[in-house]
Amino acid sequence: MSVFSNKTKQIELTRNRYPDLKKGPYADLTGQDVDYFSNLLPGRVLTDASDLEGSNTDWLGTCRGSSQLLLRPKTTDEVSKILEYCNGRKLAVVPQGGNTGLVGGSVPVFDEIIISTQLMNQIISLDDISGTLECQAGCVLAALDSYVSDSNLTMPLDLGAKGSCHIGGNLSTNAGGVRLLRYGSLHGSVLGLEAVLASGEIIDCKSTLRKDNTGYDLKQLFIGSEGTLGIITAVSILCPQKPKSVSVAFLGCESFETVLSIFKQAKHSLGEILLAFEFMDSASMDTVRDNLNLTSPVSEFPFYVLIETGGSDGKHDEEKLTAFLENQMSSGLISDGTVATESTKIANIWGLRERMAEGLMVDGYNYKYDVSLPLSKFYQLVDDMRDRVGGLATRVVGYGHVGDGNLHLNVTSPQYDEELMSLIEPFIYDWVSKYKGSISAEHGLGFKKRNFIYHSKSKSAVDLMKRMKLLMDPNGILNPYKLLPDN
Amino acid sequence: MSAYRVLVGCKRVIDYAVKIRVKPDKLGVVTDGVKHSMNPFDEIAIEEAIRLKEKKLASEVVAFSCGPTASQETLRTAMAMGADRAIHVEIDGKEAETLQPIHVAKLLSKVAQEEKIDIIMLGKQAIDDDCNQTAQMTASLLNWPQATFASKIENDNGSFKVTREIDGGLETIKVKLPAVISADLRLNEPRYATLPNIMKAKKKPLAKKKPSDYGVEVKAHQQVLKVEDPPVRQAGQKLETVEDLVVKLKDGGFV
Repeated sequence: MSVFSNKTKQIELTRNRYPDLKKGPYADLTGQDVDYFSNLLPGRVLTDASDLEGSNTDWLGTCRGSSQLLLRPKTTDEVSKILEYCNGRKLAVVPQGGNTGLVGGSVPVFDEIIISTQLMNQIISLDDISGTLECQAGCVLAALDSYVSDSNLTMPLDLGAKGSCHIGGNLSTNAGGVRLLRYGSLHGSVLGLEAVLASGEIIDCKSTLRKDNTGYDLKQLFIGSEGTLGIITAVSILCPQKPKSVSVAFLGCESFETVLSIFKQAKHSLGEILLAFEFMDSASMDTVRDNLNLTSPVSEFPFYVLIETGGSDGKHDEEKLTAFLENQMSSGLISDGTVATESTKIANIWGLRERMAEGLMVDGYNYKYDVSLPLSKFYQLVDDMRDRVGGLATRVVGYGHVGDGNLHLNVTSPQYDEELMSLIEPFIYDWVSKYKGSISAEHGLGFKKRNFIYHSKSKSAVDLMKRMKLLMDPNGILNPYKLLPDN
Repeated sequence: MSAYRVLVGCKRVIDYAVKIRVKPDKLGVVTDGVKHSMNPFDEIAIEEAIRLKEKKLASEVVAFSCGPTASQETLRTAMAMGADRAIHVEIDGKEAETLQPIHVAKLLSKVAQEEKIDIIMLGKQAIDDDCNQTAQMTASLLNWPQATFASKIENDNGSFKVTREIDGGLETIKVKLPAVISADLRLNEPRYATLPNIMKAKKKPLAKKKPSDYGVEVKAHQQVLKVEDPPVRQAGQKLETVEDLVVKLKDGGFV
């Protein structure tokens, strides 16, 4: 069963779904433009509509643009020349990595030219003493992880999209993922980067130094800017030691309070070997069971917790984890669960959590939300949403990085339903704002959430963002209609 | 209907997902500090044995492993899945390296006789040596029928109807018990060991034995001369046009 089978044929064009949204002050593509690019990047220019279908549509099948041109540069210099030309002609562009973004930030809204990093996939160097990896922005995350693992290192982030996402895209969205709990955010693990501004000017912030307090830390601007301030072309990132052995425990919990108690105990007893702490509700388990035929290792529970541990001493870590689990069992906090140390079993257990997005897509249309909330209010949002949408939705599920206070709330229906959407938004954003949470914990704002930015950021902050955008991209050609609100 | 006593062999091997590295002396692969787990086909064998017990066809499942002390972890896993007790035949590191299926088969047949076993369930092959010999040799030593590459086992009044995966497709045979069965990939999906069972397994009996307890010698018959990496795969070439392809094929003498 392919999640892509009915994908591009039936997806509504974004400009039709939002008829009030008008194309910005950008030029239309001409034959001369195509000729220029064909000369600049021979054989690496796509103009055929069917070739462009996949890149015009987002992974979720919720946003579809009508770009007529996709460019595949190989070097920073080529990116620079592309942008210089586009800036001169006032042609809007969309930088695109693996196109796995979940907020419509990686695809065109109208006919923006797609600049793909697919061919910028060279690894530049790896220093296995400091753990510093330098590479181009188009390297696939899983490929990088495989490469550095030969030197007993690991990438400092991990997410379900790892087989397709590009490191440049990870940086521009400040991707979080399941290991943020252990390795922190990209704002900490990225040591340097190289980016190209809208004018074509190359900003060299490449550095392999762990500490360098010499001036404004410009790389932080680009990290999380979702391609609106510049196109990241190269990255240097700090890779931590790969844990010698990894164990995964999957536990059944009677209530969300139990989930939080286990989390507190886990931090206390497992502390430095804790790699990940994820949760899912029973509706999530139903999703992967019904839609992907995955099997649960434990019996039915209202909630499930996935704990991953790993460190430099396998025996020691296993003992710690086993002791922790025995304690929780004898205190009655957990009644069922499993522990795995073999890679196949570990991969299967992770599959229950990591393939959730894929499983939800099978229902048809996925209304996907990613919020940060205080843990005391965490699951209440899911209950409230479930009550609110009632029978209009196929299902309402909650899962995610509970260890980081990050909830993934998803609603599904057979196809896009205006009425259902009107019940979900702005209710969910208002709810989150009331408890001073974030309306987008890690997915970013992209196209879909840009107009709700004020729910989580002050007017003064957004005003400064707009002034910076104007300074760095006066013609607004970089990924328009994204991140910054329309008003 | 009598309930059978089942003996399941499990081997501790390098975990299936680990990148194998040849030792610098080229006489073996690196095992120190490398993740090990139960041979996947043995897991399937254990699962099938436990299912027989759940169907009340088996009264007891005994897990068996020979190797260094760490093999006991594998046996604990087998018991966590549901095996009632375990037998570990301790063979130290050096001797374990040269252990061959014939040695294991001799031990298995002795244990089966001593424990009055009705069914010996084994994985079809170990993923480290890929020998696919132990089941066949054990059956021969005991003069029992064998049903290898089993993908389905059905009870048939004192016999078993076993569907085997063979080159031509599927073959169904009837085997009288006692018999030796080797498990193939599609026989079942092994269960996860639940926490309560993992804890119970710690208290289940694990007998520690030596090969001499069974009168079996495990001296090496063979000597490994060389272990090498497979040849590095040459990069492919991308060609622009059909004409280029024809030229390349002609140059290579393929056309």
